[in-house]
Amino acid sequence: MDYGLDTKSTRLKTFNTIFIITWLLIACFPFIWTFWGSFKVRADFFSRSDWLYAISAFNTLIETGGQFTTNAYTQAWTEGEFWKASKNTIIVTVFVVSISLFLGTLGAYALSRSTEKYAFWILMAALIFRAMPHITLVSGYLFPFFELQIWGILPTTIVVLVAINQPFTLWLLYSFFKTVPKELDESALIDGCSYFQAFRHIIMPVMWPGVITAGLFSLMLAYNDFTVTALLLNQENHTMVPKIQSYLGTNQHEGNLMWAVSAVVSATAPLFMLVMFFQRQVISGLTAGAVKG
Amino acid sequence: MPNKTFFWFFLPTGLAMILFIGLPIISTGIQSFYAQHDQVVKEVKKCDPFGCTVSIVVDNEETSKIREAKPLGKFNGFGTYTDRNHLAVDEIKKFWNETESFGAFVDQVTNLPFYKALIFTLTYCLFVTPNVLLLGFIIALSLNAVARKIRGPLIFGTILPMIVTPLVGSLVLFWMIDSQGIIGANIQNLMNDPYLSLKSSKTLTWITIIIYGIWHHSPFAFVVFYAALQTVPQEPVEAAIIDGASRFQRIKHIVLPHIYPVVTFVALISLMDNFRVFEPIIGFSAEGSAQSLSWLIYDNLVNEEVILFGSAAATSMMTIIGIAILLAPVLIRTWKEFKTAR
Repeated sequence: MDYGLDTKSTRLKTFNTIFIITWLLIACFPFIWTFWGSFKVRADFFSRSDWLYAISAFNTLIETGGQFTTNAYTQAWTEGEFWKASKNTIIVTVFVVSISLFLGTLGAYALSRSTEKYAFWILMAALIFRAMPHITLVSGYLFPFFELQIWGILPTTIVVLVAINQPFTLWLLYSFFKTVPKELDESALIDGCSYFQAFRHIIMPVMWPGVITAGLFSLMLAYNDFTVTALLLNQENHTMVPKIQSYLGTNQHEGNLMWAVSAVVSATAPLFMLVMFFQRQVISGLTAGAVKG
Repeated sequence: MPNKTFFWFFLPTGLAMILFIGLPIISTGIQSFYAQHDQVVKEVKKCDPFGCTVSIVVDNEETSKIREAKPLGKFNGFGTYTDRNHLAVDEIKKFWNETESFGAFVDQVTNLPFYKALIFTLTYCLFVTPNVLLLGFIIALSLNAVARKIRGPLIFGTILPMIVTPLVGSLVLFWMIDSQGIIGANIQNLMNDPYLSLKSSKTLTWITIIIYGIWHHSPFAFVVFYAALQTVPQEPVEAAIIDGASRFQRIKHIVLPHIYPVVTFVALISLMDNFRVFEPIIGFSAEGSAQSLSWLIYDNLVNEEVILFGSAAATSMMTIIGIAILLAPVLIRTWKEFKTAR
């Protein structure tokens, strides 16, 4: 309840407004600038002579005859085969999200309803697994995967991403299921349901808020992953993020920077829209483990 | 829940974690004791009218035969751990004996690849983590003072740097800071130095990556702190106002103690995440002047001739030890709490 005791001076208010505007500029301007620049030609966005060309579109006018051009997009999506990368990303994301939610809800439900000591140790182990840098795990995968000849294909990557994602999903859903009253499923058990039936008919209908949050985080992990996808997939099966890196070029061959710029915009736009839509869930997920300490 | 039911519920996720997180760690451990085979060489006698010469060439056939028979490589024990690219025991001994001043010794040691990477990783953690906490807290306080109606869009804008993947985030910044980008070109104009660029200076590169780190991680700290601020009870705050406490005093004595557990949580998570810093180095193409432990592993794994499994695995094991040291205080504390709770 606010009784209006906390009065702020005008000076403080102005200072606060200026601070927030500055921070928002720092946070958002790089994305706006990249979006703007993706409709220019390379000589404008990466101008050697004058950075103002990126605004006045000096070279874009000469090369294409207009202020804006979508050349970078059409080329990256067709010649650069970005369509293939986005198709792979969609496949990976859909499978990772659905499988890790399926495994995660079952496991987290069991953890939240168990009073045994080992449940605590499993959660601790999950915390340690969560801390492992992904690249150290990848260095463990590569050799066995080469030997088993399952390197480079999408299913392997999907399974690996699901596993890497499990610790976080477990913690998130565990703290969610803890908030679902025990009495709900206990009464079902007394009525003669098995645990699985209780889960299916009592818990499943009420678990969607938690599942949506966990799903969003699995999605962001699978969609954003670079370490695993870059090292475990072959060129043909690359998802969006490693594809963007391949456009940057190496010492040996020059990349196509404008493809990378347009690919970055194409890859981030859906993510931003999704987060805008599900902002509340993302924030509640990030704070789920935290506020409870 | 009976043990048997628990087992069946937990089996799928447990299996996934054991197979793809537990086993790989063991696999890394085993690999770290092996090194790739040496190439088999043979002597070839070449005779021409002026006489015979003996040259040494690589016997590709024999080499690949050995590789096929023992794909893991030859057993190397702790050899990989102590070689020049890792702990460099011999080199350090040599430097210790040869260099005159301690400064020169430190200088030599920090030029070894592993120590160079370790120092960058630690510097990054040391500078990014506290600044992330501070900036996140200030943003949370300041957004908390804004009218409720416009908070939604402001929060969305604030969390943008966090939701993009680090590679994309660092690229987006790099394209602006680079000498051909909007900020880089303006700094060149301002300093009147046409050769000033990110790549030209090691210090500048480090500062840029650290700034990127703060930019990328602050939103996470913000979100958690913001949620925690909503739970601060109003009564003590109002009592403090009536008693004449200043704004700063109120934050120091009421708000901070209340959200203290959350601060340690954020510090821990961002320390863990910062310790694995790797993608920004690729995004900023800063391999020349900044290498992290994770980047060393990546570099070994994408090696063009032979993938250096052993070397990557040894660095991985040492990274895992580093993580364990970081996590130890938390684990010990939880263990104590768990014991007293029983």
